[in-house]
Amino acid sequence: MILTALAAGTTTAVVAADEGGEFTTPSPDIFWLPLIGEGNWAITEQMVWGGVSVLVLSVAMVALSRNAAIVPSKGQWLMEGFYNFARNGVARDMIGTKHFLKFVPLLFSLFALILLNNWMGILPPVMNPTMGKIGFPIALTLVVYVVYHWIGIKKHGVKGYFAHMVPDGLPGWIKPAIFFLELITYFITRPLTLALRLFGNMFAGHMLIVLFVSAGAFFLTQGVVFKLLAVPTFIMAAVMFLFEALVQFLQAYVFTLLSASYIAGALADDH
Amino acid sequence: MQFTATASSVVSLASAEGAKMPLIPHIPELIFGLVMIGILYWVVSTKVVPNLEKAYEERRAAIEGGMEQAEEAQAQAQAQAALQQYEAQLHEARTEANAIREEARAEGASIVTEMRDKAQAEASRITESAKRQIEAERQQAVVSLRSEVGTLSTTLASRIVGESLEDEVRQKGLIDRFLSELEGGTVRPEKVAAASVPAPEQADAPAQGQLDLGTDGTAGRDA
Repeated sequence: MILTALAAGTTTAVVAADEGGEFTTPSPDIFWLPLIGEGNWAITEQMVWGGVSVLVLSVAMVALSRNAAIVPSKGQWLMEGFYNFARNGVARDMIGTKHFLKFVPLLFSLFALILLNNWMGILPPVMNPTMGKIGFPIALTLVVYVVYHWIGIKKHGVKGYFAHMVPDGLPGWIKPAIFFLELITYFITRPLTLALRLFGNMFAGHMLIVLFVSAGAFFLTQGVVFKLLAVPTFIMAAVMFLFEALVQFLQAYVFTLLSASYIAGALADDH
Repeated sequence: MQFTATASSVVSLASAEGAKMPLIPHIPELIFGLVMIGILYWVVSTKVVPNLEKAYEERRAAIEGGMEQAEEAQAQAQAQAALQQYEAQLHEARTEANAIREEARAEGASIVTEMRDKAQAEASRITESAKRQIEAERQQAVVSLRSEVGTLSTTLASRIVGESLEDEVRQKGLIDRFLSELEGGTVRPEKVAAASVPAPEQADAPAQGQLDLGTDGTAGRDA
């Protein structure tokens, strides 16, 4: 991050001093891509790609699981590997064998949707992570938020749900403070961090990639020294691509894992 | 007019605002995000997960069934092995019984043969000894008859002749004479021709005594 900022800063400075050419550092405006209409109700490119991702995922997963058999085909085997990652690696491990199966569809959907949309950030021809627009992470978080509160209240009752937030065995005087903190955690911190973590990572990652690629491209239009400088810049962009691939997978995993953890917390008998 | 202008400027401002403030959600995107997860959730929960879970369940059942089958097969194999062992033992016992029976039969046969041989030998021995005894008795009878024939004929002759033939010499002489007469054909003229030829060998041929005696007996009775 620091390195990037530094690079961006120096680039601008150097360019301004030597060639007099203009390099505009990428701004959050690069995420604003209205396709149809404009203003508050414009249909954006991210929405289209998001819709495409849902279509692709639906078709692919139905095709791969439709003829699910005891002895899996190659396609089913791949599908099972992907599905088991969310089913066993996330849902069962976090929620426990007793209740996890009910939440597998939601968690698996979340994981698949976020993962594909994140990877679209580095996959041509999209090259734009859908989750870099905060509307999408908020939508997904809203679903998780409603679900874990809903099942918590269904299990413990409204009063029991709030009572369940405070751990047993605390001295009486500290209980209100803990309750207040837990209330903030349950109702503000968790959804906020869940949405912002995903959004922030995708947003920043895309910014970095755009910065390195556009800077490299800009260097190529300048003098010899800058043309040479374009080489490490592009190498850095390539490294960022690989790094982003990892981050994008990790964020999909983390989002799903935390959702499962919140569900497990709401279902837990004690805190 | 003025209102329109204001409205459009507000829109453009809002648009610019949406573009510049990354933390303010674009409402259509938020709604569309909900639609996306809703559609995907529906597809996954109705089409994907049930199929996969069904396959998992079937696989689990198949593995359990396979294990049961394997256990069954093992039990069957054990039963088969026990049966085979039993059959082998039975066969062995049968073979042994047959061998014993065969042996007993052979032994019986040999005993019978032995007994038969022994009995035959005994029988032939008895027959032989009986034959010998009969022969000896006959010999004895012949000898005693021969001596008795002399006494009887002497007694008979003395009665007939009326003179005592007590004197041994005379007696012997008389007998010899009688015998000679017999041989000479005086007593039995029909037999002279037959008896006249072997006359000289008469005295020194005891082996022929039997024959002679018979002839004598017949002659004596005839006379």
